[in-house]
Amino acid sequence: MSALFEFLLRMGDNTLVLGHRVSEWCGHAPVLEEDIALANTALDLIGQTQMWLGLAGEVEGQGRSADDLAMLRDVWDFRNLLLVEQPNGDFGQTIMRQYLFDQFHLLHLQGLKDSSDERIAGIAAKAVKEVAYHVERSADMVIGLGDGTEESHARMQAALELLSPYVGEMFNSDEIDRAMAEAGIAPDPTSLRDAYDLAVAKVLGKATLKRPEGDFAHQGGKTGFRHSEHLGPMLAQMQWLQRAYPGAEW
Amino acid sequence: MVKPADAEIWAWLDQVPDPEIPVISVVDLGIIRGLSWQGETLEVAVTPTYSGCPATRVISMDIETALRDRGLNDVRIKTQIAPPWTTDWLSDKGRARLEDYGIAPPSPAGGPERCPHCGAQELARISQYGSTPCKAQWRCTSCLEPFDYFKCL
Repeated sequence: MSALFEFLLRMGDNTLVLGHRVSEWCGHAPVLEEDIALANTALDLIGQTQMWLGLAGEVEGQGRSADDLAMLRDVWDFRNLLLVEQPNGDFGQTIMRQYLFDQFHLLHLQGLKDSSDERIAGIAAKAVKEVAYHVERSADMVIGLGDGTEESHARMQAALELLSPYVGEMFNSDEIDRAMAEAGIAPDPTSLRDAYDLAVAKVLGKATLKRPEGDFAHQGGKTGFRHSEHLGPMLAQMQWLQRAYPGAEW
Repeated sequence: MVKPADAEIWAWLDQVPDPEIPVISVVDLGIIRGLSWQGETLEVAVTPTYSGCPATRVISMDIETALRDRGLNDVRIKTQIAPPWTTDWLSDKGRARLEDYGIAPPSPAGGPERCPHCGAQELARISQYGSTPCKAQWRCTSCLEPFDYFKCL
């Protein structure tokens, strides 16, 4: 597998898996407006997936389409961060997961806009506008719920403690990241950490939430080495139709 | 085949309505990025509004159908994502029609300028999202009517 293909899978698998997770709220959100907001966020992410995985298929050169890559790979072939495959939990947990990813996603895409690969720069320039809107909303929601009622505050604090160990993986660079950085294709994720921490601290401060101490980080999602137990069941749900009826279209 | 002038093709495309907001055309929406001939094939460059907008495919089909109805059988739709679509590309005609239809046009201030129903400027946001990816929901606190706002992108 080429480093570029692997990198593109990481981009597309993050948006695909998070997009699917968020879409699981459709018809279940606490109020109609939130239901619509979550569905629209999911839609943006799935749209971005089509661009990333479409390009991945092109780069791979084996004739695989974005749909093939999304629907016909197994858990061990996925290259998404562990954070985005975590279950929705309650509404607060979903919003916290969204914010922790959105803030990273925004910084990452801002760097990718200047990619030496113009196809990647084009996708990033498109996606960054949507993601700027996502982070505006998820940051607002984290503040509103964190600095809300006793109940909402407790739930947001619990979500933050649950999800914090998944933050570090976003910034751990490996040989793929270094190859991309050297070629000027993508920023080294480690270089985004300070800006991320600063932005997150600001939002959590306003939200009256405390980031847990320690920097333990679960690993294994973006390398595909060890996904959590949650990705398999999600893929079973997402992929069953293409598995049961290969090539089905409507 | 005698190739029609570009201006004529643009005028035809200006009659293709947006499937979600039929009062404006695909030209008003600013998603037609250019026309070019490759031999006998007319290539129409189309850019998506939001990357996941489900209307994108319908729009491509509507464009092909409209051109075929005018006798252009050899049409290719080229998806062009860069530079990314912006609401700055909405035409003035399109903006005026949106407002007549009850959708507040995008404004760089990040929210609608006035209520599309009564013109009042006392407005409150209901949700950052709406019935399509390109819209948000607002309410007029003067006439109390809810309305859609075309998000600035």
